[in-house]
Amino acid sequence: MLRLHYNLERVSMGLVAAIIVAASVGGIVEIAPLFTIDETVEMPADLRPLTPLELAGRGIYIREGCYACHSQMVRSLADEIDRYGPYSLAGESAYDHPMLWGSKRTGPDLARLGSKYSDAWHVAHLLNPRAMVPASIMPAYPWLTETLDTGLLSDSLAALARLGVPYAPEMIAAAEADALAQSRPDSDAAEGFLARYGERPALRSFDADPSRLTELDALVAYLQSLGTQTDAPFGILTERSQ
Amino acid sequence: MTATLTYSERRVGLALSVLLTLLGFAMAAAARQGVMSVHGFMALALGLGLAVRLGGALYDPPPPRERMQRYDDAPTRFGIAMTLVWAIIGMAAGVWVAALLYWPEATPPWPATSFGRLRPVHTTGIIFGFGGNALIATSFHVLQRSARARLADSVSPWVVLLGYNLFCAWAVTGYLMGSTQSKEYAEAAWYADLWLVVIWITYFALYLRTLARRAEPHIYVANWYYLAFILVVAMLHIVNNLALPVRLTTAESFPVWSGVQDAMVQWWYGHNAVAFFLTAGFLGMLYYFLPVRSGRPIWSYRLSIVSFWGITFFYIWVGSHHLHYTALPYWAQTLGMTFSIMLLVPSWASAGNAIATLNGAWHKVRDDATLRFMFVAAVFYGLSTFEGSFLAIRPVNSLSHYTDWTIGHVHSGTLGWVAMIVFGAIYTLVPQVSGRVDMASPRAVEWHFWLAVTGTLVYVIAMWNAGITQGLMWRTYDANGALSYSFLQSVQAMAPYYLLRTIGGAMFLAGAAICAWNCRATMRAAQGEARDRPLVAQPAE
Repeated sequence: MLRLHYNLERVSMGLVAAIIVAASVGGIVEIAPLFTIDETVEMPADLRPLTPLELAGRGIYIREGCYACHSQMVRSLADEIDRYGPYSLAGESAYDHPMLWGSKRTGPDLARLGSKYSDAWHVAHLLNPRAMVPASIMPAYPWLTETLDTGLLSDSLAALARLGVPYAPEMIAAAEADALAQSRPDSDAAEGFLARYGERPALRSFDADPSRLTELDALVAYLQSLGTQTDAPFGILTERSQ
Repeated sequence: MTATLTYSERRVGLALSVLLTLLGFAMAAAARQGVMSVHGFMALALGLGLAVRLGGALYDPPPPRERMQRYDDAPTRFGIAMTLVWAIIGMAAGVWVAALLYWPEATPPWPATSFGRLRPVHTTGIIFGFGGNALIATSFHVLQRSARARLADSVSPWVVLLGYNLFCAWAVTGYLMGSTQSKEYAEAAWYADLWLVVIWITYFALYLRTLARRAEPHIYVANWYYLAFILVVAMLHIVNNLALPVRLTTAESFPVWSGVQDAMVQWWYGHNAVAFFLTAGFLGMLYYFLPVRSGRPIWSYRLSIVSFWGITFFYIWVGSHHLHYTALPYWAQTLGMTFSIMLLVPSWASAGNAIATLNGAWHKVRDDATLRFMFVAAVFYGLSTFEGSFLAIRPVNSLSHYTDWTIGHVHSGTLGWVAMIVFGAIYTLVPQVSGRVDMASPRAVEWHFWLAVTGTLVYVIAMWNAGITQGLMWRTYDANGALSYSFLQSVQAMAPYYLLRTIGGAMFLAGAAICAWNCRATMRAAQGEARDRPLVAQPAE
């Protein structure tokens, strides 16, 4: 063996080839099967993709680096289930490009955040966290009152549709209008939104000001959607307890 | 830069600068607004600056004819300077965001200075800016000396270094403006990722072409590690960053992977960024500069073979230990845990080989702060690889994951191992390429050493305490079967540790600032070039 290596280290391309082979095996064995084994992701029948407004909110969540301090992955441990709710399933994030499971909890996990607090609480908390939670160390985000830029939403939905997220062509075409409609339940456009996305996504003005569509509207809509895109995890816990 | 280039090389450089200017102009014009147009203008400014510099020097006197009988050290000197610039940027950003966790009201009301945008400035600035520049700069030095040949050409080292720093600058300014892919340690926009691929191919080609000119039949072990670093980082970077841009004229994109597959690809990348960026390349540095500085040969050739192939083969499996108890299939988690434990063997073989190399030179370790940097690096390498294998064990991970213990572990690796070996290498290399015997101020090296060691210990011990406290508070139940602590109580318990961590980090930053000043003083007081010469002989292959 030593003799073999003694010769190998005299040939640069030999070393290159050996390094590529040695460093490829692990990735191939661990990653390739995840795409081919059916059980890797059991798709919940009721899983819905994000609405355009929620998707814009997810973009803000990413832009501000929220994922650096908040995970979205409840592990299958007793204390996490007691603290946050049912553990996360693979299918829940099947439409998430990229996933936002996170790696650090400087703040709490957010996978089950939807409907836990009111919209007004979120708005006040984002603008000044210490107004709602005096001991919080979260930064304030006063600039979220700016008007939401919806210019890229149609192209975003189209790109995600190409990657396999079930956005129908009419959803892509109406993306900008639907973002506005979701925050204006009394407008005429709300009917079109309901026709395309159904009753399940929240339809209301999230920052209590229907006259303007702000970044707060989008971010709060996204935060309120967390954990509500499917009921599958809650079903599993009920089955177990029976 | 221009003084070391011949007439024709200056013309090639000028043509490339014009191309970069055009590329920047095209980006800025196509995007019209937003992050991508700012980045276009940055490329345009760099291209114009280089074109003016090269164009102005086009007919300056050519370098002396005996240039080819010398090593090409000018790119290394530039790379070291950039290493220190990024060290200050990255560490200052780190100290500042650490302070914000203790004192959140200090966050200014501007988006660009928010914690979430500055945190990737810290990680990218340190990993890619500080670490990457140190790797490229030292690799040019080590490659030439161990091959006893000059770099294969004089233009591509500059392309690699300048192009790489443009990537780092694009990445960091992008985060400040709110552009991020949100994949940890791979946050840069899609076009920056493509740009890095081009630069990386140039780097790899330069490395192989220089190896082909070597006057030594055997390729020295340091080069195996640098080669593994270049090759595997390319593989990881390309697969993890595959993304579909929303439009070709914006920075926004969506990764092609989603959900659990994205998580596995991300941590396959993430942990091997640790393995092949933050370990393999720096082991290359250790295997060259430790024997050079101590004047002792590597203790065991066989052990270095075992540890090299062990690290190359085992590391790639371990990323899934970041996903214990998550929705990743159980078998993949188990494989990650198993290989993480096996990885301790080659890791400790490397650390042990380094420490045994110092046998017979311990008096030098006592007297020479530079060698002490390398010794401490080897010790911290051994400690943090043990800690890594330990944290990868599933039940241990149930306590440590998501807590500051992970942060402590990472910093025992980055401060204690990576930065210490870089400083050891810099203090060996800078006097040599300045034609001097020693640094301008050897006393400052001592100061830097003790600041760095104390800072690291304060930081790491604070974070161990923080992490274990958090982990225990989250899982403690009272007698009635209810959780004992709210999440907020665990946040409040962190305050003293976050303060200590800021102090430790500030000490480390102060040491790095001393190093930057000392290196500048040394390079300014240079007494000619490096005195060693390549062997001019027939290529071995």
